[in-house]
Amino acid sequence: MPLPKKEIEKLITESIPDATVEIKDLMGDNNHYSAVIKSSKFNNLSKIDQHKLVYKSLKGKMGNELHALSITTEGK
Amino acid sequence: MEINKKIENLINENEVCLFMKGTPDAPQCGFSMAVSNVLKHLNVNFKGINVLLDENLRQGIKDFSDWPTIPQLYVKKEFIGGCDIVKEMFEKGELKKLLEEKKII
Repeated sequence: MPLPKKEIEKLITESIPDATVEIKDLMGDNNHYSAVIKSSKFNNLSKIDQHKLVYKSLKGKMGNELHALSITTEGK
Repeated sequence: MEINKKIENLINENEVCLFMKGTPDAPQCGFSMAVSNVLKHLNVNFKGINVLLDENLRQGIKDFSDWPTIPQLYVKKEFIGGCDIVKEMFEKGELKKLLEEKKII
């Protein structure tokens, strides 16, 4: 089941409220996305922990409904 | 748990261990291919573990690393990251540095 872009943005900002999220639908198929996410929550975290925060916000959808989301994270 | 033991053995026995879909010569997913190509480019001798051959391992490695996606790269028992992190580290030259520091290359 594809996941619309708006839904991904909503899930991320619900659990990381200060996040700025920029998502691209790479193939126009609601299934292959790339996202750039900036948040102060990432400050002083390792890349692995930054990405884990994003994965947790997606509540288990990553790797299931959501097949391909490449993530770039930055502190702010 | 048996599967965790199996994963521990794999990462103990292989200094650079890539859990991937397909094999380094015939990757079956673009993300696995990207990481495999980065390692080849840096002349790293690595062991590719095809998770598609073992459903227990495919789920097991996700639980083991607390990481929902594949590929996953381990270097000397340390989890380095998935495709996005490995690519980013490669582009910034950090991956080469890490591999040099760990005396892999």
